[in-house]
Parts: sequence; structure tokens; C-alpha cells
Amino acid sequence: MAIEVDGKSLETDEEGYLVNLDDWVPGVADIMAAEDDLVLGDEHWDIINFLREYYEEYQIAPAVRVLTKAVGKKLGKEKGNSKYLYALFPYGPGKQACRYAGLPKPTGCI
Amino acid sequence: MSEDIKKFMYLNRRAPHGTIYAWESLEVVLIGAAFDQDVSLAFFDDGVYQLLKSQDTSGIETKNFSPTYSALGDYDVTKLYVEQESLEERGLTLDDLMDLKWEDEDDDWAEKDSIRLVSRAELTDIIEQQDIVFSF
Amino acid sequence: MSTLHTVNKSPYEKSSVGSCLAHVNSGSAILFYEDAVYATIKGASIEQLVTGTEGVKLYALGADLKARGITDDKLIDGVEIVDYAGFVDLAAEHDRVQAWV
Repeated sequence: MAIEVDGKSLETDEEGYLVNLDDWVPGVADIMAAEDDLVLGDEHWDIINFLREYYEEYQIAPAVRVLTKAVGKKLGKEKGNSKYLYALFPYGPGKQACRYAGLPKPTGCI
Repeated sequence: MSEDIKKFMYLNRRAPHGTIYAWESLEVVLIGAAFDQDVSLAFFDDGVYQLLKSQDTSGIETKNFSPTYSALGDYDVTKLYVEQESLEERGLTLDDLMDLKWEDEDDDWAEKDSIRLVSRAELTDIIEQQDIVFSF
Repeated sequence: MSTLHTVNKSPYEKSSVGSCLAHVNSGSAILFYEDAVYATIKGASIEQLVTGTEGVKLYALGADLKARGITDDKLIDGVEIVDYAGFVDLAAEHDRVQAWV
């Protein structure tokens, strides 16, 4: 499978995750979101950017509860709960946001 | 805490990059961390090499997972036992290892050391106290 | 005949480094790569075994040292670091290559 971003074809796996992490550009997230009938706003981007920074530092996509705790610490307590994150990413903040961020599926996510 | 909490220990005895054991162990630990058990890790024999500082795998084109050990605290894995004798036999000291910390939520997010240096005899006793032991 | 011996297993997990060191003659060379580079850390229990072979040149593959966090200050004196091209050169310079797998 593949997605078309900025005129380039980027390879994805059967679940829609980018095969090559280095292929990611912000347009990847916009196009993946459009396929899910979602328009990304600043609040989505806060989470996507956070995930990319987390991956850069630790080389893993965090589990949802780790993401929740870390977002609460970094972006404020009112955002560090699963209700807020699921409202932004209804298919699951771990799975969906990581896919938009160009990361692999979170370790431990089935 | 419920009565059902069991003591899980992962034994890491292999060097990190020549075989897949170290990374597999780390992945299982991260997955297993979701189950709210009392988890600890033991590093001895060649397993102590997993925690060496300044690992950079760019020249051998494999994933550098050594930064992932720093994420263990986020997963509430805060007890990493390192065997003193294994370090000494390999010409290493605690200073050669990564400075791994965890943040204590119940103590105003104070940073605490994750690595606990223990003797071979102490580690033997700690392993014996576990309910379940996984070997890598 | 000059021989290049190559070893790639940790000296503490497998006997190949030890056996290699016991089977080298003066004028030969040993190249440590992959997990065998751990044999080149100084101050370790096997250091005397590694340095005890007279007239044997010791080499270690740089990319494998770097991957494992073995910085230059940790190396046994006299161990020379080579890159992949250097590995090829060593193989070409010696009459034969003996791999300790």
C-alpha cells in the first residue's frame, strides 16, 4: 500500500503506518486525517509533535497511558486524560496519532 | 494495590547488538508494564553491556535502542539491578553506564536513580524472592 | 604463513576468543568484530589473555566498538581500530583468513 503526499508515493503497511519513518512530512498527517474525515487543528498537532519528540528521544512510540501521563505533565493537567485524547483521536490516541506522526504502532498495542 | 500483584523479574544476560535478545526483552518489558505488576530487571553477565553509555549504531545499520532504557521510568519500571561482579570482570564501573532516572509522582516528581548496584550474592537472593522470572 | 584470525562472539559467552588466543602464532593478527570487540576493553578479567600473545597484532572494527559504546579510552593499549575497508585490506595482506565462529 502507499499514500500520495506532495506528489510522492510513500509506502505504508497493511494497517496504514508508514514503512519508512524518514518519509514523514507534515502533509502525511493531513492526508491520513482527511481519509478519516478529520481536519487537524493545533490541539492535534500538539499531540503529533509530542509523539515525534518522544520517539526521537526514546526510539519508541509510547503506550497510551504513558502518553496520557506525559501530555498532562507537558501540556497541562486538563489535557492529560484519555477523554481529551480520545476526543481528538477517536480511533485511539496511541494508534491513530502515532500513524499520523509517522511512527510505528505503539509497543504493546494490538 | 490489589492482592494479585506478583513480582516479575526479567533476567538480562546477553550483550545488546550481536543478537536480538536484549531488544526483545526490552519490548516484552514495555508490553508487560501495562499489567500493573511489581516489575524489576536484572543485568548480569554480558547483560551489563546493554546499559553502557554512548552507544551509537549508525555504523552497523541496526536500531539503536539504548535510549529506550531511559523510557522505562515512564512505564513505572524503576528497579534495574546491576551485578557488581559482572561489571568488574568486564573492566567496567557504574560510571560507564547510562544515568537512568525515574520521576517519583508521589514525591513531587523528584528524580531518582533506577540503577541499583548489587553484589552477586544479593542478586541471587533478589531473584529467589520473585514469583515469576523471565530469561533473555 | 601469516594468518588473519577473525572472531565475532563475546569472550564471556563463547569459547571462541579464548580458543583463538590459544591458537595464534607470532606474525599473525586477530581482528575482533561484532560482540568479540568486548574482548578489547582494558581492565577486564581476560585482558592478560588478550595481550599475552607475543608478536600478534590486535585489531577491532570501529563501527562495532561505536555501536557498543566502547570509547577509545576503554581500549587495551595496542589495539588498532580499523573500518570495513581496513578489514578487507587485512584479509588481503595475510596469506589466509581463519574465522572463529
